[in-house]
Amino acid sequence: MSENGWWVYVVIIVAGWLATDVWRYLGVIIGNRLDEDSEALQWVRAVATALVMAVTSKLVVFPTGTLADTPLWLRLGALGAGFLAFLLSGQRVIVCVVVSISLLIIGLLTL
Amino acid sequence: MPSSDSDMRSGLFWFMTGMRGILSLPALILMTSFVGFSAFALESGVTRDQAVFMTLAVWALPAKMILIGTMAGGAPLAASFLAVTLSSIRMMPMVASIMPDMKNDKSPTWLLLFLSHFVAITSWVFAIQHLNDVPRERRTAYFGGFAITLTLVNALIVGVCYGIVAQFPPIVAGALFMMTPVYFFGSIWASARHSVVKLAFVMGVVLGPAFALVSPEFDVVYAGIGGGTLAYLVDRFVIRRRKPPVAASPAGEIGHE
Repeated sequence: MSENGWWVYVVIIVAGWLATDVWRYLGVIIGNRLDEDSEALQWVRAVATALVMAVTSKLVVFPTGTLADTPLWLRLGALGAGFLAFLLSGQRVIVCVVVSISLLIIGLLTL
Repeated sequence: MPSSDSDMRSGLFWFMTGMRGILSLPALILMTSFVGFSAFALESGVTRDQAVFMTLAVWALPAKMILIGTMAGGAPLAASFLAVTLSSIRMMPMVASIMPDMKNDKSPTWLLLFLSHFVAITSWVFAIQHLNDVPRERRTAYFGGFAITLTLVNALIVGVCYGIVAQFPPIVAGALFMMTPVYFFGSIWASARHSVVKLAFVMGVVLGPAFALVSPEFDVVYAGIGGGTLAYLVDRFVIRRRKPPVAASPAGEIGHE
């Protein structure tokens, strides 16, 4: 198993560390050339936000683990109601979290 | 030199101020996610040392989940590398978009490269929310204080919690899993300072799952580049055209320099 042990670290370094940090380093090099008020930065911001929200929204629509067995309408309903409460409360993030998670738990208990 | 002495103290002060951010709501929510990750690592046959090493080396949670997923499936190294690389392309625009706010004229490139390793969604949101409230020459210290501490604390959490929490009751596990996306929905919307960001937010939310159905390997990349570009074009040629032109003078902080 010791042979297997060091190979796992090679995998983590190559497929984990290298595969993620290459993009971070490229981000530094590109970001270093962007002006704070440039149109290019506006576009980069838009792409970054869309990427992050695509990842985030996929966590809710296609979750892994326990939530995978829960109905989609419950997850979307809890998130939607929480986000609405968040907007109505003057964009208080804690409201979004508490309302969504409470509704999810109530839904999981009653189903 | 008295001035450099006070500079150093000030740098340390801002580093410590950033450190205190690990007691904030987003950091605490992320920590619960890492408790969940330690259970996931155990179930997937990853050892404690490997899970801690992975947390320090990769840091981004989605990339680690994908790495473990492909490793557990016995995929060859090249396949793991490709899967993680595709999932991490988003790091490039994320890091690039906070660089203009984070650096100053004297920031050495090696420092920015080093700090970029600690960028993941939580620290990216933290940077967007707080960097503008910090004196420009202290922003790297402030960000480092938060992001490095966050990484180390979560590596510690993985090391300690591994094996303790083998399995949560389903409702607790479900609620913990949901915390992270719900938090991102609120905090990223609340921290949007430009109309283009809100448009891109909506595009990503809709297009991420939509592309997942069409092209599961490249969904996030398509949703990000396509949705982000569409948001930018709509913002520039529809929304900003309607508004009276904004004066070209840059933001206040540049005026001080």
